[in-house]
Amino acid sequence: MSAGLPATTCELLVIGAGPAGLAAATRAAGLGLDTVLIDEQPAPGGQIYRAIGSTPVRDRAILGADYWHGLGLLEPFQRSGVRHVAGATVWAVNRREDDGFEVAYSIATPGQDARAGLLHCRHVILATGAQERPFPIPGWTLPGVITAGAAQILLKTSAVVPSGTTVLAGGGPLLYLLAWQYLNAGVPIHAILETTPAGQWRRALPFVWGFLRSPYLGKGLKLLRAVRARVPIVTGVSALEALGDARGQLARLRYRAGGRTEELALDQLLLHQGVVPNTNLSRALGLEHVWSERQDCWEPVVDAWGASSVAQVTIAGDGAGIAGAIAAEHRGRVAAVHAAVALGRLDGPARDREAATHRAALARAVRGREFFETLYRAPDAFRRPVGDTIVCRCEEATAEQVRQAARMGCQGPNQMKAFLRCGMGPCQGRFCGLTVTELIADEQGRHPRDVGAYRVRFPIKPVTLGEIASLPQTEASRAAVVRFRK
Amino acid sequence: MFRRLDTPAEAGARVVRITIDDVATDCREGDSVAAALFAAGLPACRDTAVSGAARGPFCMMGVCYDCLVGIDGHANQQACMTRVREGMTVRRQLGAREVGA
Repeated sequence: MSAGLPATTCELLVIGAGPAGLAAATRAAGLGLDTVLIDEQPAPGGQIYRAIGSTPVRDRAILGADYWHGLGLLEPFQRSGVRHVAGATVWAVNRREDDGFEVAYSIATPGQDARAGLLHCRHVILATGAQERPFPIPGWTLPGVITAGAAQILLKTSAVVPSGTTVLAGGGPLLYLLAWQYLNAGVPIHAILETTPAGQWRRALPFVWGFLRSPYLGKGLKLLRAVRARVPIVTGVSALEALGDARGQLARLRYRAGGRTEELALDQLLLHQGVVPNTNLSRALGLEHVWSERQDCWEPVVDAWGASSVAQVTIAGDGAGIAGAIAAEHRGRVAAVHAAVALGRLDGPARDREAATHRAALARAVRGREFFETLYRAPDAFRRPVGDTIVCRCEEATAEQVRQAARMGCQGPNQMKAFLRCGMGPCQGRFCGLTVTELIADEQGRHPRDVGAYRVRFPIKPVTLGEIASLPQTEASRAAVVRFRK
Repeated sequence: MFRRLDTPAEAGARVVRITIDDVATDCREGDSVAAALFAAGLPACRDTAVSGAARGPFCMMGVCYDCLVGIDGHANQQACMTRVREGMTVRRQLGAREVGA
């Protein structure tokens, strides 16, 4: 068993080093708060600015200006005096009896048992960002099928790109951004299969005024034109299915479009239908969550400062509801000034004066999002699968099994765990939670809001007993297990 | 299949040599084990504990746990969250982790 990590104490802990976390931590340190930023990745940037300080893709025209914007967050952060705990996975956050929180995290070293450490803070900002929305189609578990986000991470971190026949499928800005970056890098794309239903433009039209005045318009259209000029786009795609070969790896793709069923051989399928907030930590902390009608997902309840339903817990960035990378940094700064007031470092009027600037920038950053959120809303058929389609990737529970249990009267996602073990594998429901909620809602004619979500408990990432045992021992922790000693 | 835009040596990056199921594989310093698997043409890295189906890295950000492999004798390691290191041994994981492994 390895020894644990030394205990750390700070005033403010920021969890997550994407745009929200970097901006929040940098601003908080600027206001004189003793700040620690803890993050799972070896270097700051989060997913959107992944490997911003080390990417081997040095030609800036490939990843584009929006990616390199991240350097503007990285450099001030590096000068800020914030203590950065990198490569560290937070798996528990508990309120201390006196004040603040005790946070347990682990750092893995290849070839050794992971070591766990404790961190004490008075206030915490969750900046845990987003993950890909589940895209449960037949065959989405086959090797050869990965998310578009995963493919983009391969490009950013290692300049690893697809070869052979590559198809991108789904909807949302990231799909086109990735296609554009591949074209810039000279990587051919066989086709983009758009799952956006034909009538969706009409639903999005009421929001077009905001979009016309938004920063997305010019950039977005330019990017779309560049991709459409060079990649065949198939619109109105439904009944998408990935088919495997004898080794159980991706070999063929089948779909319906224009009233016909098409089939093609391919090497890679990259899937994307938007991103959703990463809520495992906010759930385990017991924060209140709501179902977002517009985005078909859960998001924690926060006020205009990012303050959650639990005192001393603030949330910034996409983890508090999807609004994108630029919005995330402004939300990070708003959360930082709020935390500074909570920690007695700033007074209300000073906070309000500063927040006005961040909020104006935030308003500009989110202008027009309603339009493409509505346009690219993931279609019902791709959120609510049927038949043998795997819903829980870890436990291999299928849509029909979940639906059947719901028809038998299964009361909710938590009872579904007892029936099917779905949500009980190592991903802890991250890739099936939304689908299970929606399938129960579908079968029982209920609203997802009323069906609810998996109860999430600490540890929120799998840890070994050895890691837990490596935690520093205190008098209180010893007393807790030796109570029978006379 | 995936490929590298350029070889690590061409790009002037430090080359790190690992073995994947005993086959020597050159990687770029800073690669995750999952990126090294893709670059080596291996999109599948394990067989599931439930049905024995082939699986490989899916999310590349530590969320899906589909990239579990054995690394330096330790099973159930996330390939996407582990960076390659000179001399590292990576093994496909067949089924569940065994006690003591």
